[in-house]
Amino acid sequence: MYVRRLELTDIRSYAGVAVDFEAGPSVLIGHNGVGKTNLVEALGYVATLASHRVSSDAPLVRSGASSGVIRCAIVHDGRELLAELEIVPGKANRARLGRSPLRRSRDVIGALRLVLFAPEDLSLVRGDPEQRRRYLDDLLVARQPRFAGVRADYERVLKQRNALLRSAYLARKVAGRKGDLSTLEVWDQHLAEHGATLLQARLALVDSVAPHLEDAYQKVSAGQGKAVVEYKATAMPENILQALADVRDEEIARGTTLAGPHRDDLVLRLGDLPVKGYASHGESWSFALAMRLASYTLLRSEAIEPVLVLDDVFAELDTGRRERLADLVKDASQVLITCAVEADVPISLRGARYLVSPGEVALVQ
Amino acid sequence: MYEGAIQDLIDELSRLPGIGPKSAQRLAFHVLAADTTDIKRLSAALTRVKEEVRFCVLCFNVAEEEKCRICRDPRRRDDALCVVEEPKDVVAIERTGEFRGRYHVLGGAINPLEGVGPDQLRIRELMSRLSSGETSELILATDPNTEGEATATYLALMVKPMGITVTRLASGLPVGGDLEYADEITLGRAFEGRRKL
Repeated sequence: MYVRRLELTDIRSYAGVAVDFEAGPSVLIGHNGVGKTNLVEALGYVATLASHRVSSDAPLVRSGASSGVIRCAIVHDGRELLAELEIVPGKANRARLGRSPLRRSRDVIGALRLVLFAPEDLSLVRGDPEQRRRYLDDLLVARQPRFAGVRADYERVLKQRNALLRSAYLARKVAGRKGDLSTLEVWDQHLAEHGATLLQARLALVDSVAPHLEDAYQKVSAGQGKAVVEYKATAMPENILQALADVRDEEIARGTTLAGPHRDDLVLRLGDLPVKGYASHGESWSFALAMRLASYTLLRSEAIEPVLVLDDVFAELDTGRRERLADLVKDASQVLITCAVEADVPISLRGARYLVSPGEVALVQ
Repeated sequence: MYEGAIQDLIDELSRLPGIGPKSAQRLAFHVLAADTTDIKRLSAALTRVKEEVRFCVLCFNVAEEEKCRICRDPRRRDDALCVVEEPKDVVAIERTGEFRGRYHVLGGAINPLEGVGPDQLRIRELMSRLSSGETSELILATDPNTEGEATATYLALMVKPMGITVTRLASGLPVGGDLEYADEITLGRAFEGRRKL
């Protein structure tokens, strides 16, 4: 799969821009702050309907404009598909696929498969467990779209259960009466049911992605340490109900749900040592990169080859790691690379070159 | 902004569900242009609905008398009871013509986020109806979403010990549609609920 053309209207710093890409490596070169990342962020948005930089849509639309449009032509198996998204902050997005409007913009997901690595991904290693759960769940949905529904169901049940615990907590704290927890058992059952489905899928995913991660880290770091991932569950799929029963009193005292896959984490280790707190900046960076590369090679080995985006990666790596990363990805169907200094990108990845200046992108002949 | 009565009407209309300011304006000017007798009829219907419509004392469906049309009908079976969230769900099931039993309208679903628990719904009334022993099957037809499913589970837990058969509506693919157009959640559910031929 590759992106043949990207058109932006009123997105971030671009009033209007169109870029034609080719399969294979492409490098977007430009000074800091000229809008390189805006281009790949827009592609990421088409793939997942979310930005990797911000959680709300408003910053995506150029300031002063009321809406923005991302249009992107995707080639897969020799066929071209046009995906269009209109982003209207505060309202539902409108999506079209191959010129026909979609009932729900969510249906555009899957048209473009993309794995994006960006500087923000350092938080996969250093950040909260939530970042790592999101990494797993996003990859899960990319492999099996059905899990978008499972994840949404689980989150909804969790919200309802928390609201129930919270209202009982407030009834006791503020009004001094016993809260109504008569439906708690029901929410336990549903939480355990959806939680078990989600958790089983996550566990299976960790098993599948672990060898890819080990391999990717091995290649990027030239054999310095073995990357290990391990899923740390608050309860195994068949024990969620029991785990909830075990923490029942504490849950009521604190007014929130304390067991289930929303409290789990992915433990990252280099050899025997945890990455968080022990690994150097370069090692952490390489680990986060290896996690995204593992997503990429896993998806590639199973289904449609995704487009790979490396946003501002090479400046952070030493020469050896740069060359080994280049070797790893140079045969990808499409790699889009952004950088401030062209010399940072190894020769083998210097395919088509684009010069990015404020509001403009030009192909370098 | 318009003056006086027309703006008042626009404001009132735009408080209705599904009506935005633009639609409210269109409706208001339609009312202004329409025949006086038509509008008198509309306004009488609006007044009557608040004055005359009551809730059935048995099933809590909308009714004009003490009991609703379905509860008064002697031809309907007393051994099957179908639980729904809202009166409009009764209408939807009645359109199928498949069900000849009685109904019970809960008035919503368990929803802690909105402060709705069993006490805010007609669950106590349902239990006292069931304790008469006439019902042999309870059909749970609450919405197939998180809150509807939770309500169904809650009722099932309470009713099963009474020796009454509890059933739940199936969820799956819409009839007459193409498989490729089904969203992945519906299709996933349909896969889970597949049956042997």
